[in-house]
Amino acid sequence: MKAIRTCFIGAVLCLTAFALGGCGPGEPETHGSPPTIRRLTESQYRNIIRDIFGSSIKVIARFDTPEREYGLVSIGAGKADVAPSALERYDNLARSIAAQVIEEKRRDSFVSCRPQSVNMPDEACAKQFLGSVGRLLYRHPLSEDELQAEVNVANTVATSRSDFYAGLEFALSGMLVTPTFLFNAEAAEPDPQRPGMERLTAYSKATRLSFLLWNSAPDDALLNAAEKGELHTRAGISRQVDRMLASPAIETGVRSFFEDMLGLDAVEKLAKDTIIYPAFSASVATDIKEQTLRTLIDLLVFRNEDYRNIFTSRHTFMSRQLAMINRVPIETEKKWVPFEFAESDPRAGVQTQLSFLQLHSHPGKSSPTLRGKAIREILLCQPVPPPPADVNFDTFNDPIVAKTARERLTAHRANPSCAGCHKVMDPIGLTLENFDGLGQFRTAEGGAPIDASGELDGIEFVGGAALGKALHDNPATISCLVTRLYSYGVGHIPTRRDRAFITYLQERFAAEGYRVPALLRQIAQSDAFFAVSKPSRKPLEELKSAANSAHEQEQGL
Amino acid sequence: MTFLIPSKPTRRSILRGTLGGAAVSVALPFLDCFLDSRGAAIAATGAPVPVRFGTWFWGLGQTPGRAISNKMGAGIEFLDECKALIPHRDQLNYFSNFNTPLDGKSSLVHFTGWVAARTGEAPGHDRDVRLPTLDVLIGDHVGANSRFRSIDISCTGNPKDTYSFRSAGAPNTAEVSPIALYTRVFGSEFVDPNKGDFKPDPNIMLRQSVLSAVSEKSKKFVSSLGAEDKARIDQYFTSIRQLEERLALQLKKPPPNEACSVPIAPGEGPIGTEVGVVQSNHKLMTDLLVLAVACNQTRMFNMAYSDSTSSLRMPGNTQTHHNITHEEPTDPKLGYQVQSSRFATWSMEAFAYFVDAFSKMREGDGSLLDNTLIFANSDTSYARIHLNDNIPMMTAGKAGGRIKTGIHVDGGGNPITRVGFTAMQVMGLPLESWGTGSLRTSKAISEIIA
Repeated sequence: MKAIRTCFIGAVLCLTAFALGGCGPGEPETHGSPPTIRRLTESQYRNIIRDIFGSSIKVIARFDTPEREYGLVSIGAGKADVAPSALERYDNLARSIAAQVIEEKRRDSFVSCRPQSVNMPDEACAKQFLGSVGRLLYRHPLSEDELQAEVNVANTVATSRSDFYAGLEFALSGMLVTPTFLFNAEAAEPDPQRPGMERLTAYSKATRLSFLLWNSAPDDALLNAAEKGELHTRAGISRQVDRMLASPAIETGVRSFFEDMLGLDAVEKLAKDTIIYPAFSASVATDIKEQTLRTLIDLLVFRNEDYRNIFTSRHTFMSRQLAMINRVPIETEKKWVPFEFAESDPRAGVQTQLSFLQLHSHPGKSSPTLRGKAIREILLCQPVPPPPADVNFDTFNDPIVAKTARERLTAHRANPSCAGCHKVMDPIGLTLENFDGLGQFRTAEGGAPIDASGELDGIEFVGGAALGKALHDNPATISCLVTRLYSYGVGHIPTRRDRAFITYLQERFAAEGYRVPALLRQIAQSDAFFAVSKPSRKPLEELKSAANSAHEQEQGL
Repeated sequence: MTFLIPSKPTRRSILRGTLGGAAVSVALPFLDCFLDSRGAAIAATGAPVPVRFGTWFWGLGQTPGRAISNKMGAGIEFLDECKALIPHRDQLNYFSNFNTPLDGKSSLVHFTGWVAARTGEAPGHDRDVRLPTLDVLIGDHVGANSRFRSIDISCTGNPKDTYSFRSAGAPNTAEVSPIALYTRVFGSEFVDPNKGDFKPDPNIMLRQSVLSAVSEKSKKFVSSLGAEDKARIDQYFTSIRQLEERLALQLKKPPPNEACSVPIAPGEGPIGTEVGVVQSNHKLMTDLLVLAVACNQTRMFNMAYSDSTSSLRMPGNTQTHHNITHEEPTDPKLGYQVQSSRFATWSMEAFAYFVDAFSKMREGDGSLLDNTLIFANSDTSYARIHLNDNIPMMTAGKAGGRIKTGIHVDGGGNPITRVGFTAMQVMGLPLESWGTGSLRTSKAISEIIA
């Protein structure tokens, strides 16, 4: 009976959606989750400032990165608050940005009106500037009250300092520390098409779209579409999604997603021992991230290739210092040049790139375990349990007997409490052992030849390029990408109730030849992407434990 | 009309703010007569010298049998790994045999121990810091009249190596570079208390009006949220309030303070986990911190010398401190892990430097350390096997005469939370009990309370 009722509601939803512009063929019913409140991530903050005020505004600050949830900073942002020291830094940054924007040389490009006198308040001109900038920062038009509050600040300061522009500067700095700016708080409203149900407001829909596709705030056109109610129709959403996918900003959007999914933000604190690896430097760390992101954007956006090729492609981009570590010749004056590894080269695919190899190693040596764990957790979405607390390492410790990582780990796996997890990590990571902790190719470790054989889910192979082939053919890479991208967009950890929709997305992704822009379009145009349920009224403790158990369930998804 | 100026200024005359009928706008340096009956200095404003609180953290504990002898009570007997602390043993307490009961929760390696010691609750899962750490509770209690509610420092180069949380979503991320720390504390907004020409920056008042509007907007923002979402961003409002309080403070002339001197800006130096770099940055940032505390820029601080899964490393060595604790064989002759013990020794040398820096700073007739309570702890006792019981903990300083020192306290298997609970009571928090489950305690350690 319950199943029938669910089907009926699903049919009604689909029919209603169809009436609004057409239900995606075969899209299963989704329940949605409560609207989220997510603190802007560092990249979102930077992108918004750049998009509104241009790239000449320097954003110099240290941001707090939220803890990853479900492998994504963008979901962790849903739990991030603002500690006092963080607010202090936001406040300093806000004042620095506002001062730059209102600097004499720049102000005319942002303040389109001219005050009657620069020495006194000018309500109309302040209203115009603060209203237009506020709409972009707050991601909705300011109400009369909201705008008047901003103008009052500007007037107070302008009067006190006898300086109209000082008023704008202080008011702008205040806007940049309000929760309306710092938190993306989605709002829901009763859905007129479905009595008793809720829908995201048009502006919240606009913001979901722009953070998914551009990782920035909605632009003027998207806010206009929201204002006209177009985002409550399938045709209106389609128009905007087409426009946004065709915009150069899609590159930023896709980069941001893969930076988050692959954990590339970690290069900022990557440390290597420079006695063991003299070629390492902070600029190498910057370059390895850029190399991977350039490779992915080129392959997935510009060439619109099959996603699975990221594990096998020999095409990449090379900087001078990375060429040295990769031991390949490049001749160019440019910072980055396209580069194709030869068929005989051991490198092919993202798992053999320096970013992956360096990030998942120790400062002074490689780590098959860390690399295997990263393949499982990041590329296959298969969490590995934490190590047991009471391991006895006695069998593992003799470097005279165990020269290579393989020998050390073989000894390690003799311990039954370790073996369970290590056998799902080490055989993958050992196939990358021809690359040291810096990602340099090698054939021996400690004088002993390296054996780079291993296996992934029953498929045996030798070396990093062959690992790429195994990943290319492993269905988990597809479900992993689809699940991550959907979660990234909606901002919550998927639960069992999302399973049918995720399966549907995977089928559509396959039908489209595993093209990422097509997957983005599919998600952005789906009903599921905008679906919300009413916020729960349960006490906080219950909610927390429910979230944890949902997370645990997901680990077995 | 003539006024008699008393031959000795009385406390009452200082409190009234008058001397011979003239308003005292420039307060006086410390004098012996400003000491109260317990010997605590009275600042020229008439308020007692503040008692400060801080924490010091190091990763991966100590080697059993190599840090401290089994002799309990007065007269701490430090062994090899703690040799550097011997000159300070009368200024310290060392706590042994306090346990971390988990009530069936998993032992999360390098996490459970410090979370239990600092929040009173064993975490349920990785990254779960549900309750505020004790320093935050103390900071909210004692920190109101200083510029920064806390100064948080990590010497590993990673701002996320912090052991101070308001909630899981609001960690107090750390300063990691000496120059950034200097700029934050002694940069353009620093007001030197010993300069006569105090003029409040008129922009401060304008910033107050901006923040007041932000505060109003925030109230409207939050009124549109459900209860759960309100709780979600609760710390934001604390943060706004604290920033407003700070601006209000910046409008007042700070009283002269002879302990306060302005340091020279440090140069740009390397940052990272190489042990020499960590030691050097620890010294530089300790020196800055001591001056920040002496200049009343903060009354609460957190220093992390190393991270709980210590990533410290020797140049040219393929192993980090953490790898070494697990993978280094026990020396058959010596009976312990030699390299691992060396890292533990360096940690205690760093702590000795920290304590020494506070004790060298004169304040009133004593030292800054006399008016401070420092709580030091690690994440584990014997790192090789991730032991959570008998995690090494110490206190340093006399907390303005409220605590006795020089004692090796035997916890007798009591919960680890008794140390943190005692520290909070000493700092004046009106707490009846602290901690959850078997970690709950209502018993302070009377042995060390003065």
